[in-house]
Amino acid sequence: MEHHKNGVTAGPAGRALLALGGLVRRSEVSPDGRALFEPGLAQEDPFYRRRAAPDKVVRSTHGVNCTGSCSWNVYVQDGIITWESQQTDYPTVGPDSPEYEPRGCPRGAAFSWYTYSPTRIRYPYARGELVTMFREAKARLGDPVLAWADIQADPERRRRYQKARGKGGLIRIGWAEALEIIAAAHVHAIKEYGPDRVAGFSPIPAMSMVSHAVGARFISLIGGAMLSFYDWYADLPVASPQMFGDQTDVPESADWWNASYLLMWGSNVPVTRTPDAHWIAEARYRGQKVVVISPDYADNVKFADEWLACQPGTDGALAMAMGHVILSEFHAGRCVRRFTEYASRYTDLPFLVTLSERHGAFVPGKFLTAPGEPFKPLVWDEADAAPATPNGSLGFRYADSGKGKWNLDLGQIQPALSCMDSGESVDVLLPRFDHPDGRGGVLRRGVPTRVVDGHLVTTVYDLLLAQYGVYRPGLPGSWPQSYADPCQPYTPAWQEAITGVPAAQCIRVAREFADNAERSGGRSMIVMGAGTNHWFHSDTTYRAMLALTTLTGCQGVNGGGWAHYVGQEKCRPLTGWSHLAYGLDWTRPPRQMAATPYWYLHTDQWRYDGHDCGTMASPLSDGRFAGTRTADLIAQSARMGWMPSIPTFDRNPLDLADEAMASHPDHPTDGIIDALKDGRLGFACADPDAPQNWPRVLTVWRANLLGSSAKGHEYFLRHLLGTDSSVRAAETSPDRRPAEVTWHDEAPEGKLDLLLSLDFRMTSTTLFSDVILPAATWYEKHDLSSTDMHPFVHAFNPAIQPPWQTRTDFDAFHHIARAFSACAAEHLGKRRDLVAVPLAHDTPDELATPHGIVRDGATMPKLVIVERDYAAIADQLAALGPLLDSMGTTTKGVTVDVTPEIDFLRSANGVDANRRPALTRDTHMCEAILALSGTTNGRVAVAGFEALQRVTGRRLTDLAAAHESERIRFADTQARPVQVFTSAEWSGSEQGGRRYSPFTLNVERLKPWHTLTGRQHLFLDHDWMLDFGEAMPIYRPPLDMHRLFGEPELTSTGELGLTVRYLTPHSKWSIHSEYQENLLMQTLSRGGPAIWISEPDAAKIGVRDNEWVEAVNRNGVVVARAVVTHKMPEGTVYMYHAQDRMINVPRSQTSGRRGGVHNSLTRLLIKPTQLIGGYAQFSFALNYLGPTGNQRDEVTMIRRRQQKVEY
Amino acid sequence: MRVMAQLAMVMNLDKCIGCHTCSVTCKQAWTNRSGVEYAWFNNVETRPGQGYPRTYQDQQRWQGGWVRSARGRLRPRAGGRLKRLLSIFANPKLPTLRDYYEPWTYDYEHLLSSPPAQQTPVAQPISQMTGRPTAITWSANWDDSLAGGNEVASGDPILARVSASVRLEYENAFMFFLPRICEHCLNPSCAASCPSGAIYKRVEDGIVLIDQNRCRGWRMCVTGCPYKKIYFNHRTGKAEKCTFCFPRVEIGQPTVCAETCVGRLRYIGLMLYDADAVAQAAATEHDTDLYAAQRSVFLDPHDPSVIAAARRAGIAEDWIDAAQRSPAWDLIVRYEVALPLHPEYRTMPMVWYIPPLSPVVEALRDTGHDGEKLGNLFGAVEALRIPVRYLAELFTAGDPAPVEAVLRRLAAMRAYQRRINLGDPPDESIAEAVGMSGEQMQAMYRLLAIAKYEQRY
Repeated sequence: MEHHKNGVTAGPAGRALLALGGLVRRSEVSPDGRALFEPGLAQEDPFYRRRAAPDKVVRSTHGVNCTGSCSWNVYVQDGIITWESQQTDYPTVGPDSPEYEPRGCPRGAAFSWYTYSPTRIRYPYARGELVTMFREAKARLGDPVLAWADIQADPERRRRYQKARGKGGLIRIGWAEALEIIAAAHVHAIKEYGPDRVAGFSPIPAMSMVSHAVGARFISLIGGAMLSFYDWYADLPVASPQMFGDQTDVPESADWWNASYLLMWGSNVPVTRTPDAHWIAEARYRGQKVVVISPDYADNVKFADEWLACQPGTDGALAMAMGHVILSEFHAGRCVRRFTEYASRYTDLPFLVTLSERHGAFVPGKFLTAPGEPFKPLVWDEADAAPATPNGSLGFRYADSGKGKWNLDLGQIQPALSCMDSGESVDVLLPRFDHPDGRGGVLRRGVPTRVVDGHLVTTVYDLLLAQYGVYRPGLPGSWPQSYADPCQPYTPAWQEAITGVPAAQCIRVAREFADNAERSGGRSMIVMGAGTNHWFHSDTTYRAMLALTTLTGCQGVNGGGWAHYVGQEKCRPLTGWSHLAYGLDWTRPPRQMAATPYWYLHTDQWRYDGHDCGTMASPLSDGRFAGTRTADLIAQSARMGWMPSIPTFDRNPLDLADEAMASHPDHPTDGIIDALKDGRLGFACADPDAPQNWPRVLTVWRANLLGSSAKGHEYFLRHLLGTDSSVRAAETSPDRRPAEVTWHDEAPEGKLDLLLSLDFRMTSTTLFSDVILPAATWYEKHDLSSTDMHPFVHAFNPAIQPPWQTRTDFDAFHHIARAFSACAAEHLGKRRDLVAVPLAHDTPDELATPHGIVRDGATMPKLVIVERDYAAIADQLAALGPLLDSMGTTTKGVTVDVTPEIDFLRSANGVDANRRPALTRDTHMCEAILALSGTTNGRVAVAGFEALQRVTGRRLTDLAAAHESERIRFADTQARPVQVFTSAEWSGSEQGGRRYSPFTLNVERLKPWHTLTGRQHLFLDHDWMLDFGEAMPIYRPPLDMHRLFGEPELTSTGELGLTVRYLTPHSKWSIHSEYQENLLMQTLSRGGPAIWISEPDAAKIGVRDNEWVEAVNRNGVVVARAVVTHKMPEGTVYMYHAQDRMINVPRSQTSGRRGGVHNSLTRLLIKPTQLIGGYAQFSFALNYLGPTGNQRDEVTMIRRRQQKVEY
Repeated sequence: MRVMAQLAMVMNLDKCIGCHTCSVTCKQAWTNRSGVEYAWFNNVETRPGQGYPRTYQDQQRWQGGWVRSARGRLRPRAGGRLKRLLSIFANPKLPTLRDYYEPWTYDYEHLLSSPPAQQTPVAQPISQMTGRPTAITWSANWDDSLAGGNEVASGDPILARVSASVRLEYENAFMFFLPRICEHCLNPSCAASCPSGAIYKRVEDGIVLIDQNRCRGWRMCVTGCPYKKIYFNHRTGKAEKCTFCFPRVEIGQPTVCAETCVGRLRYIGLMLYDADAVAQAAATEHDTDLYAAQRSVFLDPHDPSVIAAARRAGIAEDWIDAAQRSPAWDLIVRYEVALPLHPEYRTMPMVWYIPPLSPVVEALRDTGHDGEKLGNLFGAVEALRIPVRYLAELFTAGDPAPVEAVLRRLAAMRAYQRRINLGDPPDESIAEAVGMSGEQMQAMYRLLAIAKYEQRY
């Protein structure tokens, strides 16, 4: 080895030192003395080696409300969970595609911190005040139910423990006592007020199916109501049921790879879909162009080729203008054959709509239908030059005569898209709402018409072109002169003034989107998210966005269409989970409730909401909404059987059932109907503040209702819980109160008898609970996980046994059920129960409202009397019931005989005393979910397709035939994530390793969408939709809170600060409130609640980065620190969602109380049209259709507060 | 020529989503213990931003790395070893806890144990150092995603160098993420700074480790490392650092940070280099030539003479094979898309980076600079939101040419693949325009986009 020429090192002393080191240690110094080399391996610090060598590695996942469903390795050393890292063994996507490994995110990686953290709930706790009362009463009365009743009957004691809610004073109690209190409260509520006064809230079954199902099953078996979450969270895109007749169905993230043009619209993928974000980075390398639409320079903008900085809540305007460009250039101008063929077959665009005269012009009315067939809409057949009834509409679905014809096969029919050149053209009047204050105006445009069966009609296509302002020569009316016309909706120049997006950019992106769809065969995709979906008018925004994918033939194509990722709606083994969760094997129908109207009424937010729904209606309205309040419409919707209503009647349904059976033994519900008619019986929702109509017992598990999703948080505290709150609003004045709902001068405070929560960590919900049960974590139980983002099911497994006195949700509910049954044997026994069910989706109930013509009293809920054996609830919970043998399973209208699966479960799980398959262990339930679902059991999949084949007359069973003899066992999911099978439970094909994309079965197999026409709907003809001016895609601006509720005008400054938009997007450091208090996440963020504010706004209120601010509006107060940044647009602040009030929240300068949560500034506002039911795709199913708990239209005042804070 | 083997990492910043999963898994695996609460062997920085510890790149202040004397000799910037020995008890060039951050926790117990009160219980922040209530004013990731705006980002030492041309405002906002671990340098200034000789490079794989038995806690290494990737454990009184997860790589597992990288952007590969050439390369006169100089010490693992020399040096056959299949070699040498971080520190770092593409700026997008169309390909690179000069200050000592060349290759790859994606015949001229063949472009695409597990490690 040569000596180095340049002495490029330290001085001689250093060299000597190193040389010495080289002598005494068997190491080598580089010749220049610069570096020391030593052989590795054995000698390195054993500390590091030990840390890297766990005793045990266990597969599990995180049962958190995200779409990750990531499989993880959990490391255990000396019986202690040490850390976790991602599994990488997902089944392959194929040799020419990236893979799903390694799914995960920093939040999941921080999970093990909870196991031994100081926020872990190790034992049962209860409110000290309550425990003292209960012990005293029980000692006195000897019976827990009587003891509970004694406390509830005493207003003073009841209010005393309610007022203590959320203010410390929790004490540790034993499981036995906790169970006794819980059982007593349930039994008392059922006995005194009825089972529908008991409710359960637990969201997102897919994130841990068994943990959800076991509790939902208990609540359902006792006749309690499970509350919806998907609509309540405002994650449900109501446009989906409206347009597609489907809850939500979206592509897995691997299908993004197949897109060649991608709009990321209001969806901050790296932050909210962290494990899937890589697909976009990688698809760009495949030549995908990516455009991001976001008001702030969000994390996902980094992936973009372009950023469209659209003003918050104005996305609908941009989408309408893009639609204007696409219709102008790719439909009306140059006719793209693929687009028109797609439109003719898969959309309602060729269907005929009647026109009726109004103010000297015409307005669109209803779909023209075949004579005597109100559910068979007509098209004009160009081949025959006559009206024709295409297959596939709702009129074919349930009728025997329609067997084999419920399909999209047009046969010889050639539907005419337009009435152009066929007759006279007329002026049509169309609503517009583009004034910033939201008020309506009228557009006068023209459509070509024809006369069919004596009706003046046009097509949806012609109406749509008129709506979008796409002029065709010869048509009357007032039209945009060009794209540059700023006055006429919906031109690119018109949108520029609203959205801030340059017209040229809007034109170019729209053009590229459609051009790409044409060149790629429909592979243009929109990833859309909460940034566009959490608004009051999200349904219209979404319809304008979905029009882009439908008009360019992208829906039902791999790599194309909508990709809505808000919420975690996809429990892939849907049938097994739903039948177990709602106890459908024992009792049908279950009680289920749309949560938004539930909370709106029971937290008395309606008392503060005096806005006249008529002000939002179309100027062309018949005036049906004039003077109505939201609560009136909720009452009407309930009365007509559109939406469920819980509690349902103003009396105990157990007593009602008894009386009905006694008075009308043959037709017991007749007596109920009579009583409703003559007013002896009323709907509870018409008087929600009467004590007999309050919800009494609420159980929350797998959820943090109060700290996360409770819009109008402060109203929950005041009215539902009866404790201190920071509500600042006044109740509405007498002239603005609902007409149909009884007003009590004094609003009730403290409706709930018992708030019970099960959790492993402290949250706002546990802080305010009366009883808290200590839950096992996700590393301490068996369960199943799935997601819409990937096509696999995989397992939770216990890395350790539940420590301290924690129990799995499965065990806890079985203990609750046993305690309940023991109490119920004496106090309840066997009872009949009157259940009122709304008109249901995917059933013939969809035919209840011909033409969507609303006549009060024409429909009502279905009334069913069921039997409940209250002493046997625990046994029923633990065994698969007999109704499955006789009725099979039904999902989305497809019924399957599952007797082979029941036999299989007898063998696999063992049987109980009645030879029913056992569900006594969590693994039994996993096995049952998998066995009963088509996605995880090939025989069931084939049987489901056979059933669907009979109705559609289309070949379908081949889609699952390859898997007919396969079934996925729980052990398979424990070994590694397993790919599911193609099943009629969903709308996409995964045959032959294809990536899941929704509606590919509809497009390729001509299976109808579950809508009126059987096609994707651009036009909605329900009375209320027409009246609200939303028959077609349209732009509606964010709500004007100044006009509606008297908040200061945006950008004004007053004593309480600057008025700005207040948005609550999802955060990088938490999944809702989960992880939000996790020390690792707090350390990587700002260590407590923060509000992000633009530099100009910060300057206006004189606040610097990290200084304390206070945000105040009529709903409450938030204290947080400011994050000042130039990535935010002026005029808008972000308080990232679900920053709970328990970490680093000082007292407010404004109220003197603890600062609030993010939802302390929000409140529920219900969109009337989302209460529609009983008509085609507008029919209720839980989490499928219902008003959303939106929260984005809110404003707040914000100011720099005193910097010295007190806790 | 003396052949040695070195484990190298390449991170594709274009794919980094800034999720910090790497930081969390690394922390959970290695430093979730007292004494190193503040230490993140792996951290992720938002650029522009101050980094962690803050302003560590300001070597005028922190005196890390090597300097080249007028005579062409290298010495640690903080002074030669003798000087350091003489000042061993007073090292003023150490970042304080203020520059890292004061670790905190919360009074979580209070949530359950609070007696009946007038207010909802809250968990107040408490310093992990003092156990007393604290106000949180800084963290290891304070400026994540541009938090703090101009007030914080103006302290970015890199931005200071290019600030004349960069304005931090809404319309021109830009950011990217920079994940960092120890560079496991070929010419580690930490080792040269250690009075105890406790820091060494493993002969087999070049991993730089601190011998915990020999470390005397002088902390000279903390000063000497210009990347500030050595941390002082205040509990044990010893220095600790990223170990390249040696217990894992020894048994064929990737490092924790790499395997858990959700963006799938980390590659680990073996590089063969000429140990005899390192010192001279590190002493290359001009800072802007150091990138090329470092590349010149890498040895082509397919070259028969290199293979023979490697065998002579005792390097095993499977290691030679690993070097031949190394994604690091492909990305650094074959495709020339990876660049070193701060070559001007002259430590010959071995964690390299593919610089990020970014959206085009509004000012130019209407002229059609969309990066996708061939005609605009080169124009698009100049129109990117992330200023090339900023990237050049990170990766090429300020020389924009190599950065531009990489960005053009990435853009060309997209244009080339787009045609294929849409069913058009490949356009070889696109590849040729950036000095590649279509075949190479396809291979690079597979490595960067499809990036299977076995290709990354």
